[in-house]
Amino acid sequence: MRRFALVALMIVVSFLFFGMTIMHPIGKPILQDMDNYFITHAQEETGANNVVTSIVFDYRGFDTLGEATVLFAAVSGVAMLFGRRIRA
Amino acid sequence: MREMSRIVRTVSHIMFPFVIMFGFYLVVHGHLTPGGGFQGGAIIASGLALLIVAYSRSRVKKVVKKEVLTTIESSGLLMFIGLAFLGIGATFFYNFLANSGIIFGDSVAYGINPGNLNTAGTLPLMSIAVGLEVLAGLSIIILMLAIGSLAGEGSR
Repeated sequence: MRRFALVALMIVVSFLFFGMTIMHPIGKPILQDMDNYFITHAQEETGANNVVTSIVFDYRGFDTLGEATVLFAAVSGVAMLFGRRIRA
Repeated sequence: MREMSRIVRTVSHIMFPFVIMFGFYLVVHGHLTPGGGFQGGAIIASGLALLIVAYSRSRVKKVVKKEVLTTIESSGLLMFIGLAFLGIGATFFYNFLANSGIIFGDSVAYGINPGNLNTAGTLPLMSIAVGLEVLAGLSIIILMLAIGSLAGEGSR
């Protein structure tokens, strides 16, 4: 069983290394239209120097709303679990 | 957990305002420098964690009220959704204040520039709203976990 696990691990690792050799180079995306649009238009459209913030809070605001909702749900769960009065 | 030694308490007493100030700086300058609402709120909540570690949990529990924190959190989320709904004339999450000349309405030049705090429309307001929500939410989680373990110790 242990030898089988070792062989399986080696196969997976060799596939990973093979994938690394034929991987697309980082920093040269195939589709660049959206990146170029954000870089050239984000400053004049939102007026923010930080393009990342303009994407997080403006272009992809729904995503941030979802994150805030997830945090709110987590806080509600913790408050429900620990906020009750514990009988002495 | 009892409170830690006098050295730790003094150092945390000196460092706490700087941690809070750095967190609020990150929140307010979210549209100019790296950072934003989430990161700044997490730093402010870590300041509260510093207080809980240095002083005792029961002492922090007397000062920081849970009701105040829940109010801050809910109002932050409501402010965020309300700002998103204010731009509903065009789309949801439309930046209606950008380049309008009102508050946060200055336009910015293209390219690398030092930046102006009075820009970016609704982005700083949304950053502040998310910052309030995150700081109150993470503070509630830290406080609740600390107090919950305190109660378990007391009943044993």
